[in-house]
Amino acid sequence: MSKPKVATTSLAGCFGCHMSLLDIDDRILKLIELVDFDKSPINDIKKFTGRCAVGLVEGGCANEHNVHVLQDFRRNCEILISVGDCAIMGGIPAVRNGIPLKECLDEAYINGPTVYNPSGQIPNDPELPLILDRVYPCHEVVKIDYHLPGCPPPADMLWEALVALLTDKPLDLPYELIKYD
Amino acid sequence: MQTSTNGTIISLCKDYGNSPMRLMDVVQAVQAKFGHVSGEAMEIIARQLGTHRVEVQGVVSFYAFLSEQPQGKIVIRLSNCAMGNIGGAQQIGEALEQELGISFGQTTPDSMISLEHTSCIGMCDQCPAALVNDVVVTGLTPDSAREMARKLKQTGDPRSLITQPGEGNNASELVNQMVRNNLRKAGEVIFSDYQPGAALAKALELSPEELIGQIKDSKLRGRGGAGFPTGMKWEFARRAKGERRFVICNADEGEPGTFKDRVILTQMPELMIEGMTLAGYAIGSSEGIIYLRGEYAYLRRFLEATLDQRRAAGLLGKDIGGKAGFYFDIRIQMGAGAYICGEETALIASAEGGRGEPKNRPPFPAQKGYLDAPTIVNNVETFCCAARVAENGPAWFAAIGDPESPGTKLLSVSGDIERPGVYEMEMGVTVTELLAEVGAQDAVAVQVGGPSGQCIGQDKFDNRISYSDLATGGSMMVFGPQRDVLEIASHFMEFFIEESCGFCTPCRVGNVLLKQRLDLIREGQGEPSDIDYLTELGKAVKVTSRCGLGQTSPNPILTTIENFRALYDSKLHEVTDGMQSTFDINKALGDAVRVQGRQPVHFDD
Amino acid sequence: MSDTFTFTIDGVEVTATKGQTIIEAADQSGVYIPRLCYCEGLKPYGGCRICTVLINGRPQAACTQPAAPGIEVTNESAELNKHRRALIDMHFVEGNHFCMFCEKSGDCELQALAYRFGITAPQYPYMFPKRDIDATHPDIFIDRNRCVMCGRCVQASRDVDGKNVFQFVGRGSDKRVAVNSEANLADTDMAASDKAAEVCPVGALLRKRVGFAKPIGKRDYDNTPIGSDIESGKSAAQ
Repeated sequence: MSKPKVATTSLAGCFGCHMSLLDIDDRILKLIELVDFDKSPINDIKKFTGRCAVGLVEGGCANEHNVHVLQDFRRNCEILISVGDCAIMGGIPAVRNGIPLKECLDEAYINGPTVYNPSGQIPNDPELPLILDRVYPCHEVVKIDYHLPGCPPPADMLWEALVALLTDKPLDLPYELIKYD
Repeated sequence: MQTSTNGTIISLCKDYGNSPMRLMDVVQAVQAKFGHVSGEAMEIIARQLGTHRVEVQGVVSFYAFLSEQPQGKIVIRLSNCAMGNIGGAQQIGEALEQELGISFGQTTPDSMISLEHTSCIGMCDQCPAALVNDVVVTGLTPDSAREMARKLKQTGDPRSLITQPGEGNNASELVNQMVRNNLRKAGEVIFSDYQPGAALAKALELSPEELIGQIKDSKLRGRGGAGFPTGMKWEFARRAKGERRFVICNADEGEPGTFKDRVILTQMPELMIEGMTLAGYAIGSSEGIIYLRGEYAYLRRFLEATLDQRRAAGLLGKDIGGKAGFYFDIRIQMGAGAYICGEETALIASAEGGRGEPKNRPPFPAQKGYLDAPTIVNNVETFCCAARVAENGPAWFAAIGDPESPGTKLLSVSGDIERPGVYEMEMGVTVTELLAEVGAQDAVAVQVGGPSGQCIGQDKFDNRISYSDLATGGSMMVFGPQRDVLEIASHFMEFFIEESCGFCTPCRVGNVLLKQRLDLIREGQGEPSDIDYLTELGKAVKVTSRCGLGQTSPNPILTTIENFRALYDSKLHEVTDGMQSTFDINKALGDAVRVQGRQPVHFDD
Repeated sequence: MSDTFTFTIDGVEVTATKGQTIIEAADQSGVYIPRLCYCEGLKPYGGCRICTVLINGRPQAACTQPAAPGIEVTNESAELNKHRRALIDMHFVEGNHFCMFCEKSGDCELQALAYRFGITAPQYPYMFPKRDIDATHPDIFIDRNRCVMCGRCVQASRDVDGKNVFQFVGRGSDKRVAVNSEANLADTDMAASDKAAEVCPVGALLRKRVGFAKPIGKRDYDNTPIGSDIESGKSAAQ
């Protein structure tokens, strides 16, 4: 029987949650006995090769490309998990959520104290994904089955959750593992 | 700030004894004089009253009719009520904006006219209506609204808008407003013949305990909507320990759709005052307060004159009705635009000069109310009923209407009916009987008891209006088949969001969440699971809220889910592809398209 | 001893002294009733409503409701805990709670409540309100993004410090904490030693330069749920 597939992605995140996944250390060997990795930055597979049992999503949706990838994950994954505070509540990118988009762009590319931009242009290449009016938590864009909070979620939490879900056990996280920081 | 202004504020503070307990009066006086209560004014007031600037700011920012920013000499407040909306308030608002060249929330550049929305002003039988300073303008149309704006620009005088005064005391010199009473049916309790002092004379023959006994025997229950037995309330207050005691009349009639107290205050104020006076005798109080909603400020001079008249007649003040040693007098406390102040402990907090936030109970007002003294707070109509009980005896009252909740009930009926107005009906009347009386052939929904009550459909029209069946403080809004019941529910939720004091979390946050989800459903983005979402959230708000506002605010949603479920179901769609129907990528990209001037990439792979 | 009496919480008899509230009596008996705005030493406020219990079947806030002989209090029930969870979620979505960079993380009572209830994400959509920050004061920092309107600073400043530095302004969802000056905390007589500076349950009112002093793992709620101290009082008493 072929192993279940797992896909991962980082949307508007910092890859810290992926780093935390790598922090399961030698258990990663056990993990690859349990699963095959499909689309993921870990193996650099860019497109889904087939339906996945579990999708792990780091980061919220800050631009149209994030939305596109997230929807793609929802279509291709049986169970979709928001991993980390950015996926769950927008995280640090969402600090901009009370600020109008124009002000954000001006601050980032023109007015910011560390900006050096003699041309005064805001990047606007037609291939650049447009930015959303605010950063959306993943569950506001697609249905999410589980949330694993933390910044990043502890490696132990990711491990426990993955093993439970892949072996059809209830996801019952111990107190020490649920943290929002 | 100029010294003269400074001096004026100092003298206004002095008018109220420099008492922090009279802060409401002081800030309203400052507002009336200067058009706003500025930061500097708050500093002066705080100094004079021995309080703090931020405490003054807390009060000023709480009430809709008070402002920290300068306003125009004339403030137009268009009533944002369900009946107004049915009558085209939207178009009237647009007409006003056009004619004045400003949007709602703004003031004309010459500082002359400000334009605002306000919650229901109690004119639902003659809506759309607006308050222009203290002048009430009713029966507005887009054309008459334009005409009104032009006239105000020309004359700068709101009183120039009064063309034809209403009937009864509305036409008296002291009121002189175009408000109409629309009293369609007078009953034997409230709107029957009245002899000033007759009830009091009978009451004063009894001992206070005997009088309370009569009120109890009459089975009179509070007419504000909650229906607490009046005699019991009075007895608690009489027995409570305290040097001073207070009788407060709750004339903060704010439930949308109710306006019956306005008609009592206009036509039968003496009956109400007589009820208060004998309540004072019953509980051993010498001080009464009428808490009059800011929207009815136009009645203040008339009511003051009525109080003076009764003082002159020996029915207020010293040795009332010839009874040596019985002293009772009444002052009027003005509200300033806050529905929550109809809640008795919020009303007390407001009358004490504070933010109109409800207090924790216990202690109940009967034990520790106004200024921590035993206090009864009763509705305008309740005091009238009490006076009649004293006049005609408890058996007479108990025999009227429904044996469980006897008496008559004033119903303010508005909406899709032929004869909107006030009806004094016997308790126990069915909705069907009422609808026949008011001329509503095709009603599909009736909002019983206002937004905080329930929205019923035709299957409940045979139910009875009484405390054991359909309880109402008097608001009855009737909707015909052309109305969108969910839109009305959404409007009512908006009202609660606007009027929540924000003290407790479920009401402050929960109502916003409820309305948000209801609106998504209305826009076709709802899923069947949203019914559970609304039901559970609504229950949480009801169970955990601190006062009656939050305990009833989910009702527009919960009762329409109960009685108009098909309307919801017709708008819900099962989503099977795992996407959130509430997320709209084009909407989310709207800002970027505008700012960056190009179309989305819309990735396809 | 005639001032003591008994009542039950979830069927278990507890002893109370006349004048105690339900929450005081419960704490003393080792029964934890979840709460947020309640703060020992301040007048019970009753704003967060998380301590809602049923008293003879009627919902009441345990922090403001006096204990009375013979009453039956329900604290632990699926229904009540569902409501409490709803309230905790409401607090999270109402403000902007970025736990990952908040100095109060680990010691935050709102966060700790969510941990205790096993919440991994709020069930309501975030509102992302625009709220002000006030860093003008040399020693104290206000971040209104994190304010939960518990009223503790208002009460502590008024009733303990005698300064009335804080008061709520506005109403409903526009309600916010204002300071006793034109705009800035620096222009008030607030001092870092004030009681008001230490009562905030979240990271909305913080003393400057003391953040992140405790390492992760040693903070108040890293290893044991909020309320454990009260519940361990129970085992000690038994």
